[in-house]
Amino acid sequence: MTPLLELRGVEVGFPVRGGGVARAVDGVDLAIEAGEVLALVGESGCGKTTLARTIVGLERPDLGEVRFEGEPVARRGRALREYRRRVQMVFQDPAGALNPRQTIYEAVAEGVRIQKVPGNEEALVADALSRAGLRPPERFFPLYPYEVSGGQRQRVVIAGAMVVGPSLLVADEPVSSLDASVRGEILELMLGLVRETGVSILVVTHDLGLAWNIADRVAVMYLGRIVEQGTTEELLGDPKHPYTAALLSVVPEAGVREPQILAGETPDPVRIPSGCRFHPRCPLYVSGEAARLGIEERCRTEDPPLAPVRGGRQVAACHATAATAGVAG
Amino acid sequence: MSTAPQAARPLLSVRDLSVTYPGAGEGVPAVRGVSLDVAAGETLGLAGESGCGKSTLAGAILRLLPRGTEVTGEVLLDGEDVLTMRPGRLRAVRWTELAIVLQGAMHSLNPVQRIGAQIAEAIELHEPGLGRGEVRGRVAELLELVGIPAGRAQDYPHRFSGGQRQRVLIALALACRPRLLIADEPTTALDVMVQAQVLRLLARLQDELGLAILFVTHDLSTLASVCRRIAVMYAGRIVEEGPSGEVFRTPAHPYTRALAAAFPVIGDPAFRMHPSGLPGDPPDPRDLPSGCPFHPRCALAQPECPAIDVRLRPAGPGRAAACVLVEPS
Repeated sequence: MTPLLELRGVEVGFPVRGGGVARAVDGVDLAIEAGEVLALVGESGCGKTTLARTIVGLERPDLGEVRFEGEPVARRGRALREYRRRVQMVFQDPAGALNPRQTIYEAVAEGVRIQKVPGNEEALVADALSRAGLRPPERFFPLYPYEVSGGQRQRVVIAGAMVVGPSLLVADEPVSSLDASVRGEILELMLGLVRETGVSILVVTHDLGLAWNIADRVAVMYLGRIVEQGTTEELLGDPKHPYTAALLSVVPEAGVREPQILAGETPDPVRIPSGCRFHPRCPLYVSGEAARLGIEERCRTEDPPLAPVRGGRQVAACHATAATAGVAG
Repeated sequence: MSTAPQAARPLLSVRDLSVTYPGAGEGVPAVRGVSLDVAAGETLGLAGESGCGKSTLAGAILRLLPRGTEVTGEVLLDGEDVLTMRPGRLRAVRWTELAIVLQGAMHSLNPVQRIGAQIAEAIELHEPGLGRGEVRGRVAELLELVGIPAGRAQDYPHRFSGGQRQRVLIALALACRPRLLIADEPTTALDVMVQAQVLRLLARLQDELGLAILFVTHDLSTLASVCRRIAVMYAGRIVEEGPSGEVFRTPAHPYTRALAAAFPVIGDPAFRMHPSGLPGDPPDPRDLPSGCPFHPRCALAQPECPAIDVRLRPAGPGRAAACVLVEPS
């Protein structure tokens, strides 16, 4: 089956002062099926936001392509306009995403006008607000963003994206700026939209708990590359890449797992390490486990491809995983 | 009520503290009669969402609130009331007894002064008798303590990453060897892995220096993993208090239950495709609901809740909760 959206070998770089290129997205293959929730997980600087911006057309890939319903995404004209209607972005900070001088009605109606959505504008806005849980919608029409709560602002942003009838929502950290008790309601709203309208959601986050709450599948990104991908149950239940395992181990859960705290921070995408890009921070490499497995040299020099790690759809880019999977048969 | 087992006087004892910000009419009650104790070397977690008064409480303990704010009650530090201290004594107590680490490490350091000089300045101000060599030695020691090579004392703040800057701020707070550190959302803006690094650092400092920490955040699962006791705040009051593991796993107050469920246990089927939140938003301190201020969002609200201003009552050994459903045992 053709996926709704597909990335093939996408690379996006930014020239940096003093020469060199920050390879923010460094060869990504990723597919999103119709009606699924995919969580793209990683630390800041891993390239996940650049990847999201590339999908919605705010960045252009230097190499590779973005395909929508099996066709390359148009670069101009009516087809591009149609793509922009069907792929909507929900930005991180609902306070910043809304124009403070625009009423909630205007904020949601703007999309209807720009995309020339057929039908009665007021009815469309009312329906979108109501689906986003802002009821009765007429009460919210004349209000300004500062007059509603943070959770309600996020609902307005989601209504503004949904009003044009998209097939894919790209949501960048949709709940990270919200209060803990409000977070669940927004996630519930997103799940409800998937169930009711069949929209797909790509949710970009550093929060593995969010993935467990709403995602069908998870892709883990490190330094511009997807390093592991699988169904949420498989990937979070039994991570095969040491980076995923480390990320999972530091989720505070009253000490359920022994935390594997990696030294340092995500390296500079201008100087991506040779071989496996994770090896300088990898617990298996640093502890000597890679040497014991006899793969130390490969970790340092060979860039591991994403390879299946079990019968299912889980894939991981790790020499150690590949080596031990081979031994286990 | 005190849950500390020892009879010794606590290092910090907050008694019936209320803080009212100036505003229309009677002002804005941000903290409404809070009592809590922190023993020497103990970690107390203070949980709550935006507007619950937790940062105001932290500011009141250090007397950092704006002029014109009405503060009543007592903040006893070793039996001496911080609220009535003369300015000279207060200056001595800040840094040498009490220190604070705030969120947003990016903005708390002077961008045009080397970090070593910023730490040295704090030491020299409070211990004018020290020689330059001794001060330099202390700066080096402090930086090493938080895991930053002493040689980097000559660098400016922009040369450090977000996590490193947060470490520098912790070193700065510890410059005059305080006995109590107030950490207000010290890890909120940081990545999961860096957050884990900072939390481990705080745990080590508490252990090595016998430091008492008042840890303020909205993330109950973080508190459960680093604190011995937790107090949960809602609408300016403490609504639950007790040993952290018990409060997190078997909350007595419906609000604590919602906070605990907001961050899912990864792998637990109860949370899978089932985000959990509360209807509505945290209350505005300018417009608090009647009776129990949580009643409009409470799934277990009783007919009498809008009328009863329920206070903390015993909820098992070392525990207390402010809910009519808690049977006074």
